[in-house]
Amino acid sequence: MPNGMANANVAESEPGIPWLERLGLRSGAGVGVAGWGRTALAAVVSVIYFFPVFWIILTAFKTYEDALAVPAKFIFTPTLANFGQVFSRAYSAGGQAQNTGFALYFFNSLFISGVSVLLALLIGTLAAFGFSRYPLKGNDTYLFMILSTRMLPAIVVIIPIFIMFRVTGLAGTYLGIIALYTAFNLPFAIWMMKSFFDELSLDVEDAARIDGSSDIGVFFKICLPQVIAGLAATAVFGLILTWNEFLFALLLSGVETRTVPVAMSQTIGGDIGVRWGLLAAIETLFLIPVVVVTFVLQNQLLRGVTFGTVKR
Amino acid sequence: MSTIELKKVTKRFGSFTAVRDVDLSVAAGEVVCLLGPSGCGKTTTLRIIAGLERATSGDVVIAGKRMNQLPPERRDIAMVFQFYALYPALTVRENIMFPLHYERLGVSVANARIAKVAELLHLESVLDRLPGQISEGEKQRVAVARAVVRDPNCFLFDEPLSRLDVELRQSMRGQIKSVLTGLSKATVIVTHDQLEALTMADRIAIMRDGRIEQIASPHEVFARPANVFVASFIGTPQMNLIGAQLEGVEADVAKFVLEGRSVWLDVDPAVGRLSRGDVTLGIRPRALVPQSEPSPDTVTGLAELIEPMGAETLVHARTPGGHEIRFVVPRAIRVRAGETLHLKANSRQTHVFDAGGKAVRQ
Repeated sequence: MPNGMANANVAESEPGIPWLERLGLRSGAGVGVAGWGRTALAAVVSVIYFFPVFWIILTAFKTYEDALAVPAKFIFTPTLANFGQVFSRAYSAGGQAQNTGFALYFFNSLFISGVSVLLALLIGTLAAFGFSRYPLKGNDTYLFMILSTRMLPAIVVIIPIFIMFRVTGLAGTYLGIIALYTAFNLPFAIWMMKSFFDELSLDVEDAARIDGSSDIGVFFKICLPQVIAGLAATAVFGLILTWNEFLFALLLSGVETRTVPVAMSQTIGGDIGVRWGLLAAIETLFLIPVVVVTFVLQNQLLRGVTFGTVKR
Repeated sequence: MSTIELKKVTKRFGSFTAVRDVDLSVAAGEVVCLLGPSGCGKTTTLRIIAGLERATSGDVVIAGKRMNQLPPERRDIAMVFQFYALYPALTVRENIMFPLHYERLGVSVANARIAKVAELLHLESVLDRLPGQISEGEKQRVAVARAVVRDPNCFLFDEPLSRLDVELRQSMRGQIKSVLTGLSKATVIVTHDQLEALTMADRIAIMRDGRIEQIASPHEVFARPANVFVASFIGTPQMNLIGAQLEGVEADVAKFVLEGRSVWLDVDPAVGRLSRGDVTLGIRPRALVPQSEPSPDTVTGLAELIEPMGAETLVHARTPGGHEIRFVVPRAIRVRAGETLHLKANSRQTHVFDAGGKAVRQ
């Protein structure tokens, strides 16, 4: 008798193309459910939103003349020259090709964002578990104070932070910028993860304790696997925030620790004006990591948290 | 030895006392049900035994050892939770294996045990599924399997069947009982369903407001309820409880004044020692028999509502004084609404409770 019920569950999920579903696209629903009118509207809106990105990618494959052509060209002979120039370029015809340093800047961006997001996740998840399961006296006050660190606009706090970095010698170091970005991401990570931990059933943790698990075992074996979706969402948001951050990076990174957004701004200008093709090529390369990470984690973002083991 | 003993256990949450002075001892192989309405402290008592709550005062002795200060993971107890509390990220097999990990068993021993309980509880086909992919009944059996796969000091069940539908509940009741019979461990089951308690328990502890009102065998709590609360809580349909005045007793026949009318009823010899005054009479619906003629030992009632229950029919009648009286007649006896009935209590089946609500009995 119970077998029949279980099979019914499985049968309910719609048949579809597995790899499409893995990408979050359900082939079964789509047009049929929403209707052609709404689908068309959604398509139009999507195209409008995506157009600037599309234009940047298109420009990355254009020559200097094509990029500046009026009226704008949709059909042209694509070139990979811009991408080559991202990493080394000749400033004038016949000149020696020079290292632009973008290999380093891309490494810096990846390293700084990656490490700071991982640190924020690690510290934030542990802190969130503490706030959720072992509340202090004045728990909410602490949580508010943590959030309040993000309430001022960056421009207001940049001068004190700049002075602090100068005095402590953190300016221009990886440690400094990573610490700063970690501190940026922490409030969000703590609040986000706390809300996920708050949702979990305490019975499950009690059961694990009775089954012989220590508090640390409960955290790693029981709680953490249930909040993977939360970890993924926190990681994506944190990554986007630090990856695109410009102001602090501009003022606090040194020559060796410069990130891509800062370096990009410095390619504007020079002897022949703005080189749109080059800028677009950098931009295109810069998009790839975020798109890839979001795409990979999308699966987790879409998946439910607990699979309905505990119904409330 | 697998035993549980609570001595004068009290639990306070701030100014609220959830459990007061509870004494309970469960022998090896014995199943005790904590039964009571919601909020009576039965689940708190269970959590105190498990170590999920600390007793404010009193002793918690498990397997002969005082365990008040030990955390749950060091008490070696197996517990089944009301909402099953399966580990959502682990498969059914991993769920059942989880407690074994901490018993440090070899892989082959662990696998053999899992195979055994999976067979016992018919879970072989779902071992590799996640808890979210199995039915409610299967989840319940996984929760039981995760408990009985171990060799713990004792078993605790918190409302184990409350989330199942009626049919599943009946079959699981039998299954749990037969599984427990083979284990000879002290077991405590919390339930608010008296049928569950009556069928599964060796002894039932009936709780109210944090106190144990009576602890006895299922037969005993039904036949000899200690007070008005137990009498009204145990038994379906509910016992008739009617206020009356005791006028006197002669040769185990007591004269009561009920709604201004005198009634003579067979009673327990102990009632003879009671002084005249207010009492509560308790008569089970199945102990009342309709008579053709009124007599000094009958009560008059006007049939109001007829509820056929299959083999029997439950009749709600109202006395001239406005009391509701429930009684049960065999299906063959047809009672119509509006009919006047003369009800006689079966000999010696009248419970008499004194003014304080305590049963008066030898």
